[in-house]
Amino acid sequence: MTGPARISGQGASAGFARGPVHLARRGGRSYIAKSTPEQELQALHLAVETAATVIASAMGQVSGDAADILEFQLAMLEDGSFTEAAAGIISSGATAPVAWTVVLDAEIAGYQASEDASFAARSADLADIRDNVLSALSGDSAATIPPGVIHVDEDIAPTRFLAHDWSTGGGLVLRRGSVASHVAMLARARGVPMIVGIGDGAIADAAEALLDGQAGELLVSPDPVQIAAFNDRRSLSQALQRDADAVASDPAVTRDGETVAVLVNIADPDDVDRIPIVHVDGVGLMRTEFLFGGERGLPDEDTQLAAYRKVLAWAEGKPVTIRTLDAGGDKPVAGYTIPEDNPFLGMRGIRLSLARPEVFRVQIRALLRAAPYGALKVMLPMVSIPGEIAQAQAMFAEEAADLAGAGVIHRMPEIGIMVEVPSVAVTPDRFAGAAFFSIGSNDLTQYVLAASRDNTRLGALGSIDDPAVLRLIANVTRFGAENGVETSLCGDAASDPEMTSVLLGAGLRRLSVAPARVAVVKAAVRRFVRGEQPG
Amino acid sequence: MTAMAVSDVIITNEVGLHARPSVKLTKLAKSFPCRVEIAMREEGPWIDAKSIVKVMAAKAPKGTRLWLRAQGEQSTMAVAALTALVERGFDEGGGHDGAS
Repeated sequence: MTGPARISGQGASAGFARGPVHLARRGGRSYIAKSTPEQELQALHLAVETAATVIASAMGQVSGDAADILEFQLAMLEDGSFTEAAAGIISSGATAPVAWTVVLDAEIAGYQASEDASFAARSADLADIRDNVLSALSGDSAATIPPGVIHVDEDIAPTRFLAHDWSTGGGLVLRRGSVASHVAMLARARGVPMIVGIGDGAIADAAEALLDGQAGELLVSPDPVQIAAFNDRRSLSQALQRDADAVASDPAVTRDGETVAVLVNIADPDDVDRIPIVHVDGVGLMRTEFLFGGERGLPDEDTQLAAYRKVLAWAEGKPVTIRTLDAGGDKPVAGYTIPEDNPFLGMRGIRLSLARPEVFRVQIRALLRAAPYGALKVMLPMVSIPGEIAQAQAMFAEEAADLAGAGVIHRMPEIGIMVEVPSVAVTPDRFAGAAFFSIGSNDLTQYVLAASRDNTRLGALGSIDDPAVLRLIANVTRFGAENGVETSLCGDAASDPEMTSVLLGAGLRRLSVAPARVAVVKAAVRRFVRGEQPG
Repeated sequence: MTAMAVSDVIITNEVGLHARPSVKLTKLAKSFPCRVEIAMREEGPWIDAKSIVKVMAAKAPKGTRLWLRAQGEQSTMAVAALTALVERGFDEGGGHDGAS
């Protein structure tokens, strides 16, 4: 047994976990070839059955989109067609993992080549199916994560994250991964401690470990002093959370008596099922990427309308800001985004929406039809020149006229923008055509500091409290206050109670935060006094 | 030998026969004991309606005329039930709250 080891990464989701390390092993590598084709085929049947059982048991724990994904994957697994095709390859001498990979890769390529984006987007599910069976084949336990462990993996698919029951504790440590990934958002929304980018250092399997998601730190085989310090930090954090939870539905008022609006970020319509509406002042950011690709293909107008209406109904008249599809960058949507060398500086957000009007118009119509059912605001991502606002507004007007002509109930929502490109933050006056500003601090920081947010080597560079970023935030906020343009911030910084005083000091009075962080951010607001902060 | 039941129906839901509609179609087909097949053309090729892998592989978009046929026990009921499912747009979201 080695001594204590301190492993650093980037904090992706705050929280504390204590438990044994569980190292994931990749399928295929540790597979031991069987002596006859019959045994290979038998191993494949068993692995498919194992993977199906894992998915079936996970289905009971999720609802909505997540359940639909799992149901689809289960149906594909239970279908004999893949195993039948693999059996043919096995009979000519291949091992089960090789045969399974050949069959699934061919199927995946077929889907990827589809002209229809809905079908092309299913390739991610097939990749999941392929990997789950390969894991089961190699006899490792990657397909199932035991309860309560600190799971250490290269990266993890959203479906596998969803398939695990995190309510029994434990946490997630990724060697690569990104704080901006879908899994990181899911982890933050559900309060699962998670760190990313720890690299390839050796970690002892099954060793006792302590995970601090806030500090981005994993302590393996800790000594008693480290355990005591960890327990202290955890109890303090839990006490703060308990105190904050007790008054979560009270408004967030600073010690000077200024009310700060605290709204919530949601990534999936089902997120609202876990959030009491009385705790928040509305939805500051509803993403729509996860309604789109990856999970169920490009959604039709009625599917989108149903998702938007669900959140509007839940909000009981409080504002709901829905962001139009922000695909591209680190959020590819199969069959929609374009592979690029430098995707963060390429076709993403509103650029892609304007370039693919046939997809954008479906979303616009769904938003126009949802607007009468609540206080809907629409937010355009990645705006970098004023003309993009005008173009989008014109498309909204055209679709509204079309709906009016057809006698369909609709309403024109307020149309605002994300402030995440420096061109907007430097000259907000040029973008006054927007009804509101919402500062996307993650992207703004990476663009101001020229530090890719998914490059874990640059962790120290991409910090929102860099003076250049804070000055731009103050610039946008001041312009908004002086000209009556509502300004909020919806990046990860809003969810960090240690950043609250800095953001309020920069003039912000409207923050949109991850669901699990609402209470602690409100508590941080209540501790704030104007003038006590530098700057 | 029971008679072959045949029908045809236009796919009207926006995304066509993709993931969720295919799950529903194959589930329904599997609830009948008879052989159930679909095709994109009257002359075939015919696809096993109980296999989601094969149904998805057909990649039938909105507006496709889908041919259905069944032979064996309950074949008439099977074709009628599947035709009705397609006609209802696979019960995909009709703008109702929570239908997502």
